[in-house]
Amino acid sequence: MSFTHEELAVMDSIIARYPKKRSAVMPLLHFVQSLDGYVTERGIECIAEKLDLSTAEVTAVSSFYTQYKSEPVGEYHVGICTNTLCAIMGGDAIYDSVCQNLGIKKDQTTSDGKISLERIECNAACDYAPVVMVNWEFYDNQTPASVNELLDGVRSGNPPAPTRGPSKLRTWKENSAVLAGLSDGLAEEGLQAGEASLLGLNIAKSQGSK
Amino acid sequence: MSTLSPVLSAHWDEPDSFTIAAYKRHGGYGALAKALKSTPDEVIALIKDSGLRGRGGAGFPTGNKWSFIPQGDNKAHYLVVNADESEPGTCKDMPLLLANPHSLIEGIIIGSYAIRANHSFIYLRGEVVHVFRRVQKAIDDAYAAGLLGKNILGSGFDLELTLHAGAGAYICGEETALLDSLEGFRGQPRLRPPFPAIAGLYAMPTVVNNVESIASVPSIIEHGVEWFQAMGTEKSKGYTLYSLSGHVANPGQFEAPLGITLREILELAGGIRPGHQLKFWTPGGSSTPMFTAEHLDVPLDYEGVSAAGSMLGTKALQIFDETTCVVRATLRWVEFYKHESCGKCTPCREGTWWLVQIMKDLEAGKGTEADLEKLLDLCDNIAGRSFCALADGAVSPIISSLKYFRAEYLQHLSEGGCPFDPVASTLFETAGA
Ligand SMILES: Cc1cc2nc3c(=O)[nH]c(=O)nc-3n(C[C@H](O)[C@H](O)[C@H](O)COP(=O)(O)O)c2cc1C
Ligand code: SF4
Ligand code: FES
Repeated sequence: MSFTHEELAVMDSIIARYPKKRSAVMPLLHFVQSLDGYVTERGIECIAEKLDLSTAEVTAVSSFYTQYKSEPVGEYHVGICTNTLCAIMGGDAIYDSVCQNLGIKKDQTTSDGKISLERIECNAACDYAPVVMVNWEFYDNQTPASVNELLDGVRSGNPPAPTRGPSKLRTWKENSAVLAGLSDGLAEEGLQAGEASLLGLNIAKSQGSK
Repeated sequence: MSTLSPVLSAHWDEPDSFTIAAYKRHGGYGALAKALKSTPDEVIALIKDSGLRGRGGAGFPTGNKWSFIPQGDNKAHYLVVNADESEPGTCKDMPLLLANPHSLIEGIIIGSYAIRANHSFIYLRGEVVHVFRRVQKAIDDAYAAGLLGKNILGSGFDLELTLHAGAGAYICGEETALLDSLEGFRGQPRLRPPFPAIAGLYAMPTVVNNVESIASVPSIIEHGVEWFQAMGTEKSKGYTLYSLSGHVANPGQFEAPLGITLREILELAGGIRPGHQLKFWTPGGSSTPMFTAEHLDVPLDYEGVSAAGSMLGTKALQIFDETTCVVRATLRWVEFYKHESCGKCTPCREGTWWLVQIMKDLEAGKGTEADLEKLLDLCDNIAGRSFCALADGAVSPIISSLKYFRAEYLQHLSEGGCPFDPVASTLFETAGA
């Protein structure tokens, strides 16, 4: 099945952002994931044609980056940080508990196609460890219990909002569109800064008032 | 006692701090108007004089980097902001972009004007969707306000700014890999020379700077070189963001003059988590050799940390207490480097694989003391013989942990396994997880 005229027009607008069109390969891959949920063959073929590349060249790029998936991804992609700091502070325990809860392991998806699980590397939020990302939104300061609640919410269609993100958790496909540079109008939702981000500022203010 | 110096974070406690209205309310884009009245060379000279050094890890003087861009060459020039922030422990640029993206946008316009670039890019790691939203909105609002696009503030200067999402590859933080990635290739480092200043993005003269480096520029223009130089130490001028994480009572971000010590930061932040003691810490992310309690008074500036045998890096202070197994911590970091090795050169690609195998055995208490020498030998054959600095980062936790905690490695061997209880290191040990 080929892409619609509207979809092809979006692709052209993405390509137009760059002085050289090959630079559009990454946002186009994010865009394909926003339509198909993963990097499909039709996506690769279309990008190759648009950018005058071979499908092998596009596949070589796609397979290099962990965010591009060659298999279907669930509506909710759950990434548990198990890099050293988060792992030690509880990320390993969270990962084990989630595996048990979902009955899947890393890089697998639940049989209903709802939830995919991944172990992720440091996501630049260590002052909120242990960190879990759902569809690449921050869920800070997690415990096994809080993540299991989060998963229950996902399954019942009512997930809690990210801790530093929009007021409602969006799907994997919807967030992939944002990464392709297509605005969803939610930039102003959510906190400007979490508690940890404000620690130094608050201390500085109390120093100043002494 | 050092005093903190919030500049970039000064208004993060205001709920709308990320908006252009809030930024302007506090004088934002005033520095841009000022800069556009100077010549580009004057702006470069000012940043050079300020002593601002790159905040992305290497500490290279920002003004000097800008001055390497050839002038009058009739070529396109590019400023590319490195917002890949993926070095384990590093967590300063993302909160900065969430709370105050306009400081970066203003810095980009000033920097682009200085190096005569008419198209600039922000390469943002892809795993932070909300940060992407905030930065894209800030760019859109800057265009709408006439701060980007044609004839900015009537100056005749034009600038396009494009936000580009990465897709999960630590190596794309290395500046030449980043450029390859931005050109639409696999992100693998390039051979240097030529340096990006001569042949960078699309083989044109290019400056790559870290988010925090560029976001610091407007404050220097606004308050002047003397203000900036009054903070910091002799060769490490100004203020910077330190990120405290791990087994502390209160983790978080601290803006302070360069040269503050971990002891001072811990005193301000309430210390190590109650009932525990500091065991080891990184001064600047996992690629910087670890320190112990004996380094609490090392001045956290470029020279001080180097003199003590590590690197200031990204000022990511990851703190681990006595419940933490240093072998486990090191193994996990080495697994990270193996996973992120781009595969371009053999010592790194194969070497990190072997490092993981040996470290795994050691953690499980398998092997002999001779394996420690083998490990160090292997490190010797990887660091300095690889194409880029990722490989140096991969060996530094091993070499430094063996330097300070050799006995703990041996204890794994003599006890036939890890002597630590991983539950004790978690934050929810009492919850019985
Ligand atoms: C493996 C590797 C990863 C890096 N990751 C980053 C990064 O995420 N962000 C960053 O600003 N610099 C990173 N750097 C450093 C960049 O190569 C470059 O020195 C820096 O962006 C220059 O900016 P600055 O002069 O403003 O510090 C990395 C370097 C290496 C070797
Ligand atoms: S040192 Fe590692 S990451 Fe760097 S170029 Fe070689 S293989 Fe790639
Ligand atoms: S180690 Fe998990 S976010 Fe940094």
